Amino acid sequence: MTTETVKKQRWKLNLRDRFQDLPKPARIAAMVVFVVLLYLLPTKAFYENLGFPIPVGSGYLPFYTTGSDMAGVLFQCGYYILLALGLNVVLGYAGLLDLGFFGFFAVGAYTVALLTSPESKLITEYNWLESPWPWLVTVPIAIALAMLSGVLLGWPTLRLRGDYLAIVTLGFAEIIRIVAKNQDWILNGDRGIPSVGHPPGTWPDGEAIFDLEFTPYYWLVLTVIIAVIFLIRNLANSRVGRAWVAIREDEDAAELMGVPTFKFKLWAFAIGAAIGGLSGSLWAGQANFVNSNTFSLENSILVLAAVLLGGAGSIGGAILGGFIVIYLPEWLRSVGDVFGWPTQVEIAGIHIDVSPTSLRFVIFGALLIVVMIYRPQGLWPNRRRAAELKDRQKEVAPVE
Amino acid sequence: MSERKALLEVDNVTLRFGGVVALNQVDFTLYEGEILGLIGPNGAGKTTCFNAMTGVYLPTEGQIRFKGEQVSGKKRNKITKMGMARTFQNIRLFPEMTALENVLVGADAHNSTSVPTALLRLPKHWREERQSKARALELLDFVGITGRSDDLARNLSYGDQRRLEIARALATNPALLCLDEPAAGFNPAEKVALLELIKKIRDSGVTVLLIEHDMRLVMGVTDRIVVLEFGRKIAEGTPEEVRDNPKVVAAYLGVPDAA
Repeated sequence: MTTETVKKQRWKLNLRDRFQDLPKPARIAAMVVFVVLLYLLPTKAFYENLGFPIPVGSGYLPFYTTGSDMAGVLFQCGYYILLALGLNVVLGYAGLLDLGFFGFFAVGAYTVALLTSPESKLITEYNWLESPWPWLVTVPIAIALAMLSGVLLGWPTLRLRGDYLAIVTLGFAEIIRIVAKNQDWILNGDRGIPSVGHPPGTWPDGEAIFDLEFTPYYWLVLTVIIAVIFLIRNLANSRVGRAWVAIREDEDAAELMGVPTFKFKLWAFAIGAAIGGLSGSLWAGQANFVNSNTFSLENSILVLAAVLLGGAGSIGGAILGGFIVIYLPEWLRSVGDVFGWPTQVEIAGIHIDVSPTSLRFVIFGALLIVVMIYRPQGLWPNRRRAAELKDRQKEVAPVE
Repeated sequence: MSERKALLEVDNVTLRFGGVVALNQVDFTLYEGEILGLIGPNGAGKTTCFNAMTGVYLPTEGQIRFKGEQVSGKKRNKITKMGMARTFQNIRLFPEMTALENVLVGADAHNSTSVPTALLRLPKHWREERQSKARALELLDFVGITGRSDDLARNLSYGDQRRLEIARALATNPALLCLDEPAAGFNPAEKVALLELIKKIRDSGVTVLLIEHDMRLVMGVTDRIVVLEFGRKIAEGTPEEVRDNPKVVAAYLGVPDAA
């Protein structure tokens, strides 16, 4: 190792440690300011007060460039961050590779849709319900059902390890999607379920808070994320978190030291699933319409990409990853318009489309590859996980 | 020898892997409060015997009883909870956890905090964390690595890692501690220290089963010795008896050609 890299690492270490070394009130104050900024992010006043130039009449906001939809993109980032946080428990903490995580999102979304929509078949055909239930009541049910499906999936499959588990979970998500697509009896196939309920609440002037405007949904999901972070941290710093790390590092040794490995793996699965279901129910509360097209396999992969990009085993990493995988393609979609970049170039008489809009997934994919090559532990890694990864690399290819 | 209470009974255990007979009707008893040595040349089946006891393998025939209760077929973490703890021949700590956390994992064997308690930070969580931490620090002190509690296990020296493994096993509050070649790779001074530690563990009321290659260590510390060769028990007795047993000598040194 050259002295330069040592110095660089020491500097990085300092940055993190320096924050940790601040007195506790200072740390809390910094976090509070940061959170307040997050809440203000989609409002125009925020940028005006900070002195960002806003192009007149365009409605564009800096950082996000399609103006009025900034809150919408942030909301989408929000439920992806929740998904990433959930998968982080399963993959980052307990080390279980789950490729079908979006299945739990689907369970949560469909539960809310079925119970809150007046056009749900539970009401129109089967008369199980007399009238649609309020959204808020259905969220705990959605979480419980997602958790139950996590347990049902985990019970037989968590005896498997590694690749085998990945395949089974992949199958699970596909089963949910295909059943939703092809079955008419309750989920209504591709026609889906319209008029899904929204969260409750009205402004003082009597207007519903949660309607078409995205900003309140963003505030809601942000609040939920903060609560989830606290709960996950409680778990990570307890007997449960220790058991997960032990299982991840050496499952056999953990079991021989008295860790009920199966029980805690199942818990990791159930908690991840519950968070996934919560995310799905928040999404359904906004989406108004739920059908099977939302739950394609790419979404599961995207959540996985978010966790790995951010850094498995780290809450900050999951948040960063979930944000990037949604925000970056959206930002690329319109950044060209704002800066007036050319959309086409002509080379030897051939017009080539080079607008960031059409190339956004190419750019995004290339960036993912670059990050994974140069920073396999993720952008904001958990120290322990990063070290484990390094050890494993050494096992594969001894250096020096 | 007065009345002795059997702690572990290995009752005619046979273990086959396909055609290979790893253990062949092995039969011995471990009494409370003693240090029993399990020795034998390489490949004699010592570690296999350990694995059968701790639930890693299921005996093909025969029974293993611990405190009078059948062990075979029980879950491994349950066996640990019953009071049998072990270390590993090739160290298997949790490398990226600190020394303290490693011991805490062992101490957790008797904690009942689970997800709801930890999630809501109920009093039980705090109580168990506090008690386990105190116990873990005590054990780090007991095995002689005070002051290394916040170091990652992988950064400890080889000898300290072996000690940490013992502390982690002791944290599960075992009645029986099984040490699988704890002195492997030790220099003579470290071996002496280990000898003292093993005696100290016995004096604290824990029965010890010791697998060891180093004859001098075994002779110096054990009350009784069981000798295995090719999966079969060939001798059992006090160190003196075993040392003078011609079968044992033959197993270790070979039989002289007819002379």
